[in-house]
Amino acid sequence: MLEINNLHAELEDDSEVMILKGLTLSIKPGEVHAIMGPNGSGKSTLSYVLSGKDGYKVTDGSATLEGADLLDMEPEERAAAGLFLAFQYPVEIPGVGNMTFLRTAVNAQRKARGEEELSAGDFLKEVRAKAKELQIDAEMLKRPVNVGFSGGEKKRNEILQMAMLAPKMCVLDETDSGLDVDAMKLVADGVNALRSDGRSFLVITHYQRLLDHIKPDFVHILADGKIIKSGGPELALEVENNGYADLLAGAA
Amino acid sequence: MTALDKIEVKDGVDQETVDAVAALSGTYKHGWETEIEMDYAPKGVNPDIVRLISSKNEEPEWMTEWRLQAFTRWEKMTEPTWAMVSYPKIDFQDIYYYARPKSMAIKPKSLDDVDPKLLATYAKLGIPLKEQAILAGVEGAENMPAEGRKVAVDAVFDSVSVGTTFQAELKKAGVIFCSISEAIRDHPELVKKYLGSVVPQSDNYYATLNSAVFSDGSFVYIPPGVRCPMELSTYFRINAENTGQFERTLIIADKGSYVSYLEGCTAPKRDVAQLHAAVVEIIIEEDAEVKYSTVQNWYPGDENGKGGIYNFVTKRADCRGDRAKVMWTQVETGSAVTWKYPSCILRGDDSQGEFYSIAIANNMQQADTGTKMVHLGKNTKSRIVSKGISAGKAQNTYRGLVSMHPKAKNSRNYTQCDSLLIGDQCGAHTVPYIEVKNNSSRVEHEATTSKVDDDQLFYCRSRGMDEEEAVALVVNGFCKEVLQALPMEFAMEAQALVAISLEGSVG
Repeated sequence: MLEINNLHAELEDDSEVMILKGLTLSIKPGEVHAIMGPNGSGKSTLSYVLSGKDGYKVTDGSATLEGADLLDMEPEERAAAGLFLAFQYPVEIPGVGNMTFLRTAVNAQRKARGEEELSAGDFLKEVRAKAKELQIDAEMLKRPVNVGFSGGEKKRNEILQMAMLAPKMCVLDETDSGLDVDAMKLVADGVNALRSDGRSFLVITHYQRLLDHIKPDFVHILADGKIIKSGGPELALEVENNGYADLLAGAA
Repeated sequence: MTALDKIEVKDGVDQETVDAVAALSGTYKHGWETEIEMDYAPKGVNPDIVRLISSKNEEPEWMTEWRLQAFTRWEKMTEPTWAMVSYPKIDFQDIYYYARPKSMAIKPKSLDDVDPKLLATYAKLGIPLKEQAILAGVEGAENMPAEGRKVAVDAVFDSVSVGTTFQAELKKAGVIFCSISEAIRDHPELVKKYLGSVVPQSDNYYATLNSAVFSDGSFVYIPPGVRCPMELSTYFRINAENTGQFERTLIIADKGSYVSYLEGCTAPKRDVAQLHAAVVEIIIEEDAEVKYSTVQNWYPGDENGKGGIYNFVTKRADCRGDRAKVMWTQVETGSAVTWKYPSCILRGDDSQGEFYSIAIANNMQQADTGTKMVHLGKNTKSRIVSKGISAGKAQNTYRGLVSMHPKAKNSRNYTQCDSLLIGDQCGAHTVPYIEVKNNSSRVEHEATTSKVDDDQLFYCRSRGMDEEEAVALVVNGFCKEVLQALPMEFAMEAQALVAISLEGSVG
């Protein structure tokens, strides 16, 4: 599904600060991978480079989604190809109704893939059903995108978008940040409901606790722009118990 | 006459035009004959042209005199230069002041019959209306009938009104909605009483010119206590080349009446700039209310600033009676140069004026627009919400006057001007004038300028929207407060227009 090979990336602002320094990762269809790492290890940069945000320069390596070169595509092309990023800090768009936003996005992707646009009726039916599962009420669908949303509401809204857009490869960037236990469970349930054989997840997190709810198949430790250790779920527990220090020391 | 008889009349040329011109031909200079091959009056303006226009409209003598008086005044005036716009000097003698388009050969019964190009535009803008309305979160959209509501339309092509729909139904309610040339013929008492009473002949250079040469426009009279049963709409289109359009609109809302009026404008692409100098006068009597909405989409010229419409328009509403209310809503996306300040004279006590505006300027467009709120009566209220969006190399100026006269005790004004910049070569300017001549009134002014946020664009794009779609969405959000003030159909159209007019503004 997602193949990242020897990925090197730096900030575009001429500072020549290399953030990703040879990251390699292979995710097969249906797998859930977690990337854990201390602050500044390059976790968010990875999510931005994959989704195509301005401000980063890839200097070496590759990233492909089902064989297609992601790095060669515009952000919207990556989305249409099946990549989805759940933002750590979802962006507010004043004046734009959440529903309008969702429908514009859904239809933009359908159009890009040469599919017919979803009719208003079908869209409404689908969005209402999916919103209900995530305990998103009608009021929240009408409000402007993320404006005045609580932390939990913003993250649930990301998952709603994910559910509506039905991507193949979901990247969750610190989705647990700013969530209390109940909110995290709700978000995790939403994600788990979307797990399927054809859909893969990359869960980026600082803490192990999200992984109690979204059980990963593989866990990778990212430090200084590289994956320094990979393993099963037990690796996350090791971090939980001993912190990153030991792992980092071991790698050094 | 003999010379004229030899001229081959081109397909679609109105025989009436040929006849009228023939009848007057003795009074004109040479060059006349070649011109009449087309359905134009000759280029330029002089008392004869003024008389020709008047005679084409079969106007009574008093109207002709009124026009000539304006023309005499105009000749002594000079063009205003205070607006923040620059354009090559207009040669007022190089413009056709009267044109009768070929599409006039068949009188359309409704707008749909008028112009396939327009239909295509609507197709691009509006389908299916109900669906869009629901998703835009428009209040009450669910209850809107799928076919849409009835809207009576008066279409003005180049210089001539080509037909007004739903006449009979309006008549039943006592509403008069017709072209102004018909009104001059059929309702002279109303026209005499009100024409020029809000925008006097002497008002400004363009208004004076319009008073002399206006060729048609719309007329509305709502009798006392009548709520107009449907929305009224005028659709203006400049078709012919090198033509000026000078329409005149007169709306009278008698005591306790209500009307919502929509105005739409388009023009085809031309390399040569064209002049549009309209005058709109609205009279609102006691307890009456008028909503006037404009979606202006005149051709803006190409990306290098070639061609386009010069839109120099005078619009003013006079709240004559107590508790009279007026609301101007405008979406200005077109025109190469816009010079327009729909204003409210709040004469009656407790009268209210509102102005909601979106002005989008892209490429080389220049917009200098705003409003005047003149508070004369006690407890008068006004509200101004202006959203200016600049992209490309465009310049967008908000210019507003809020004036509280000594007798306008306890009056209030609230002004909010927001500017949004797309790219780094455009400009936004806010020029508020405030005069308060009593100590019990309050004026509030807020202004913001922001740039389209990269994070917002990336967020939209990461969800699959392309850059233009993303910009349109963010900009529509920015304009929300104004779009909400529009009648539903127009809100949809305006939203789509925002997207169209910003095409190519990023990347």
